[in-house]
Amino acid sequence: MATVDDLKFEEFDDAANLLAANPDATTISIDEPVEIPKNQHSRRQEPGREEDDELLGTFHSDKTELLAGQKKSAPFWTFEYYQTFFDVDTYQVLDRIKGSVFPVPGKNFVRLYIRSNPDLYGPFWICATLVFAIAVSGNLSNFLIHLGKPTYHYVPEFRKVSIAATTIFAYAWLVPLALWGFLMWRNSKVMNIVSYSFLEIVCVYGYSLFIYIPTAILWIIPEKVVRWVLLMFSLCISGSVLVMTFWPAVRDDNRRIALATVGTVVLLHALLSVGCLAYFFDAPELDFPAPIIPITPAHNGTT
Amino acid sequence: FAGLADVSISEDIPVEGEITVPVGSHSPEEDFSTLDEPVRDTIMRDLKAVGKKFVHVMYPKKSSALLRDWDLWGPLVLCVSLALMLQGGSADSKDDGGPQFAEVFVIIWFGAVVITLNSKLLGGTISFFQSLCVLGYCVLPLTVAMLVCRLVLLAGSGTISFIIRLIVVVAMFGWSTLASTAFLADSQPPNRKALVVYPIFLFYFVISWMILAFTPQ
Repeated sequence: MATVDDLKFEEFDDAANLLAANPDATTISIDEPVEIPKNQHSRRQEPGREEDDELLGTFHSDKTELLAGQKKSAPFWTFEYYQTFFDVDTYQVLDRIKGSVFPVPGKNFVRLYIRSNPDLYGPFWICATLVFAIAVSGNLSNFLIHLGKPTYHYVPEFRKVSIAATTIFAYAWLVPLALWGFLMWRNSKVMNIVSYSFLEIVCVYGYSLFIYIPTAILWIIPEKVVRWVLLMFSLCISGSVLVMTFWPAVRDDNRRIALATVGTVVLLHALLSVGCLAYFFDAPELDFPAPIIPITPAHNGTT
Repeated sequence: FAGLADVSISEDIPVEGEITVPVGSHSPEEDFSTLDEPVRDTIMRDLKAVGKKFVHVMYPKKSSALLRDWDLWGPLVLCVSLALMLQGGSADSKDDGGPQFAEVFVIIWFGAVVITLNSKLLGGTISFFQSLCVLGYCVLPLTVAMLVCRLVLLAGSGTISFIIRLIVVVAMFGWSTLASTAFLADSQPPNRKALVVYPIFLFYFVISWMILAFTPQ
């Protein structure tokens, strides 16, 4: 039975004093949770990530999933919540752009580059640049095509900017929303190993549109063949990025649904590019008749 | 914790220092003095501040005056004059003409707000209105370019005038971008500078295209 003295509260000396008195005692030190190792982890991983990802695969994504879970803890009405979507450095954005332009067969864009750190910087500014690239290039190409024709008066066609903006931003945000909803619905029926968050899908779509920026600038060249070759080329590249991302997500599903999903993704992408080419760029072969003075009856009368 | 147990403020250690923040104490006097001064002094002080910032933009040095005392008068004046000068473009068909007044206004202000939000989301330390102020003031070279373009177009609208306009607009676009980057780049985290500078580049590029594409009726 403990005496009253035993139960008296004991003041403990400072840890240093205690250790000085008893140097062999085991000690535990508890540090504050440090933010830096997480960033160091992701940065150290970047250079050798291709090999790592191939070998470690799910293990690595589990680790990054866990770490990512620590990030987005702010409530959605604070500014810090949205800052987590802009947590990218310049080299990361450039790497993602590179990955969308040079798709490596078999490597998934989301797993390889996004790695549970989807950003909104890329999709937003790539869409904005694409809007102005298409509008300006379309305007320039129309100017060059109709240059020299006496009936042509140059107009800046500023309305087309708002049309381009609506189209591209709607495509880059509503189609991922629909696709995400569809994948979530299928996920509830068929257990898929691979599933993407909404922001990851927005990210893939945004970065996959990057190839259209140089394509739009090159569409100024007023040759129909050149334009269609460029369109096919960029459609192949960005389409392959999308296909390689979404095929693993539907592969375990019913064969026909999987093919239909991937087919719809590619079809919508093709519709966007063909629509942009047709609407913003006048056809170069629709040549207006050369400026010949029309024969009027008065002229005939003088011969 | 033995040492802390008997810490107490003994009477022979004097406690000194000022707790009050001295800034607030002067402003009531200033308010009274601006009420009493002639109206011309008040207006001239603001005009001088705006003018000083214009000079800072034209000769950008890394001074903090532009950032510290922000005001939005200059950007407003520049935006309105630019939008007014972009009027009177070819309006044969309402759909194909140049930007309307409201469109220019919205593009400049909305664009500046988006760029400011972008830089703050990326971790920049500049305040919202300071960034708006800098972006607005750096439209000054492009407004000068618009003025020059309209004067050149009065003389004629052939190829030579186009080349002159192109050179002037490109030069002023470069000046605007460099001026705003000089003021804004320091407040950004070092490994994201390019991410912040690119939208500024795009913003002034769009304004330059609107200026270059302007054709009189």
